[in-house]
Amino acid sequence: MLSYFLRRLILVLPVAFGVSVVCFALVQIAPGDPLTAIMPVDATAEQQAAMRAAYGLDKPVPVQYLIWVGNLLQGEMGRSIASGRPVAAEVFGAVGNSLLLAAAAAVIAFPIGIFLGFLAGYFRDTALDRAVTALSITGVSVPNYWLGIVLVIIFSVNLGWLPSMGAGPGGSQDWQWDWAHMRHLVLPAVTLAVVPIGIVARTVRALAGDILSMDFVTALYAKGLSRGDVLRHVARNAAATALSVMGLQLGYLLGGSILIETVFNWPGSGFLLSNAIFQRDLPLLQGTILVLAMFFVGMNLIVDVAQAAIDPRVKRN
Amino acid sequence: MLDLRKGIAALALSVAVLAGPAAMAQGTLRIGMTAADIPLTTGQPDQGGEGLRFIGYTVYDALINWDLTQGDGPSGLVPGLATAWEADEADRTRWTFTLREGVTFHDGSPFNAENVVWNLDKLLDESAEQYDPRQSAQGKSRVPAIASYRAVDDLTVEIITHEPDATLPYQLAWVMMSSKANWEALGKDWEQVAAKPSGTGPWMMESFVPRERAELVPFADYWDETRIPKLDRLVLIPLPESNARSAALMSGQVDWIEAPAPDTIPAMQGNGFAITQNALPHNWTWHLSRVEGSPWNDIRVRKAANLAIDREAMGALLGGLMIPAKGFVPPGSQWFGEPDFDVTYDLEAAQALMTEAGFGPDNRLKVKALISPSGSGQMLPLPMNEYIQQSLAQAWIDVEFMVVEWNQMINLWRAGAADPSVEGSQSINFTYFIQDPFTGFIRHLDCDLVAPNGTNWGHYCDEDMQGLFEEIKTTFDPAEQDAVLRRTHEKFVDDALFLMVTHDVAPRAMSPKVQGFVQPQNWYLNFSSITMAE
Repeated sequence: MLSYFLRRLILVLPVAFGVSVVCFALVQIAPGDPLTAIMPVDATAEQQAAMRAAYGLDKPVPVQYLIWVGNLLQGEMGRSIASGRPVAAEVFGAVGNSLLLAAAAAVIAFPIGIFLGFLAGYFRDTALDRAVTALSITGVSVPNYWLGIVLVIIFSVNLGWLPSMGAGPGGSQDWQWDWAHMRHLVLPAVTLAVVPIGIVARTVRALAGDILSMDFVTALYAKGLSRGDVLRHVARNAAATALSVMGLQLGYLLGGSILIETVFNWPGSGFLLSNAIFQRDLPLLQGTILVLAMFFVGMNLIVDVAQAAIDPRVKRN
Repeated sequence: MLDLRKGIAALALSVAVLAGPAAMAQGTLRIGMTAADIPLTTGQPDQGGEGLRFIGYTVYDALINWDLTQGDGPSGLVPGLATAWEADEADRTRWTFTLREGVTFHDGSPFNAENVVWNLDKLLDESAEQYDPRQSAQGKSRVPAIASYRAVDDLTVEIITHEPDATLPYQLAWVMMSSKANWEALGKDWEQVAAKPSGTGPWMMESFVPRERAELVPFADYWDETRIPKLDRLVLIPLPESNARSAALMSGQVDWIEAPAPDTIPAMQGNGFAITQNALPHNWTWHLSRVEGSPWNDIRVRKAANLAIDREAMGALLGGLMIPAKGFVPPGSQWFGEPDFDVTYDLEAAQALMTEAGFGPDNRLKVKALISPSGSGQMLPLPMNEYIQQSLAQAWIDVEFMVVEWNQMINLWRAGAADPSVEGSQSINFTYFIQDPFTGFIRHLDCDLVAPNGTNWGHYCDEDMQGLFEEIKTTFDPAEQDAVLRRTHEKFVDDALFLMVTHDVAPRAMSPKVQGFVQPQNWYLNFSSITMAE
């Protein structure tokens, strides 16, 4: 198990290098100028040149990349051009807020998705199966930013039950586990949960359906096991694949919620990324993309190791 | 008995008066800004007009402030931390500023001439210990006239300009004064100051969460008693997405939002929210290329285009929240003057001018226009430009658009009309802040500011116009200077130097609880008069 883990860990290094090159190159290719974020539009050419030099933006791109990577290896992610604050503080603060949102969405999505998936798989080709399938396709297909706006109109504007924006009455720094704060989490988490509910339900349905039709299930029934005991075996067999899907979904929830965080003004990594894109804030953009990409890599590593722990066949492969 | 009652009443009144500001403090006002972050808090804010509106003129003062107390007429300059200023009659480059006595910063330190010099060094002297590149990036380009400065005594500052420049008072209205003592107390670290700034303004920043909120409270010792805030607290919340802003207002999470989307306004009004607006020194134009070969070099074409747009009808696109352009500055501006050319809708006259210029239905003029799908202050650029495209087509002008993202648009604006990057575009739809003589007139058409070295995008250069700009800079009496500015504007309009379309009205939506707000004809606001009803 340890050697498997080490093998997977070593594979992370070239992936991390590739991620750093791609995320640096992508933001350099985009048109626009980071100085726009920090200087009045009518600053003179001389003042722009001075500022460009102050931020090292006058150096050739490969040199800028090497400086950036060199600083990264020393644990320094630089400073945001737009805000002047350290990128690490900005990114990890925002990632923390996104994790909170992603975790809340996962808590809603995964149990519901698994339950609906099993239900549909167990009662395959029945009206219930078709209803769950329709529901999960709707969940995957509905534009979640649109759903977010609709939920805001209903529950915030018309009914006044839940807040429409922000991470608590005093901002995310004052977060507490009470209703005054958690009510801010409800609408974005529900909106964010809709897609993974659909994906997890469809995956589990397919897995459960396939496993239930296998010979060993018939053998288990023949041995006299109860329906509940048989389902436990089915669940154990489905767990490895379902886990990998849920791990990826957690990664998407963390990094893929730009629109949701914008609609709900949630101060997470997606919101930060969107602002960094509009402001061409290169250090912040590179730092955010890198952290999110590495989170994905980390999630994949954890899922792979967990899969191997659950299903020894994975390790052998 | 009657006397006793009178005595009790007088006593009660005295107690109320003595209680003063504390008794008047009324409620919390929460504002949803369009900015994505709290503007830079250390003194010289970033994020353009919104930065100065919410952090600049609240927490800080300039030597010379804008009058933000009335909305009936144009907003002019008023004494701020300087009570008087004048240019030496013998040497017009030498200015003397008399500072206000008894002013203190929020940290309790006194404001004096040393602070003024220290603040100017903060922006202009790279060798100074307190030099801050971030604040300098915002402030240095605003005070191009300043050559040197010194403290004459505790309450007198002398500023020398490179050449006689009567627009210096307007330039100084950009420079906010932060506290030297506070910077020193916080380890001479601007990052620390950002979390705990200290100015002389009517509001003190109490707390600050980057990208989420800033909370301001009244400064009870503010030097101008009429501007001591009546509210208990002012909360600033960045809400860059317009639907999120509207939802936050309608669900009661904020009391005021900037720039509501036009299509949400009927719903807001239907739910009892107030929409405020007033003329704003801002215009929405096409800046025309005057490089060799540009069709806009022909005054008949320029006038024809200006006559081909039905601006009143265009108002429907913006929910009526616009002022149809009659010139380069809004019609109520102190600098509008009496131009001869009437900027109006007259298609027949437009077609006659085009015929005179050699064009017609079978010989249409083709032009290329640079536009962006969105951008700061650009209003609704796509539908508005499509409307103009259709309007100009009626005057036999066919418009081809070059659409670029806003950030790239700024680069192309800086590059100028002759740069290959604009790919032969003959106009740029770039909205302008036009609040002072330099930003309003000079920077767009000065021969010495031709792009890319300056902001004259179209490469226009005219001897008479240059003479007027020189006269603006050398007319030191404010009333006479206004007269020169009126003549300058008349030339802007009579020569149809821009395609003049609309002016913004700075719409904001607010809860009916917000009371006492006066929207000045200015980019900045006074929040001190506001109270919140129960």
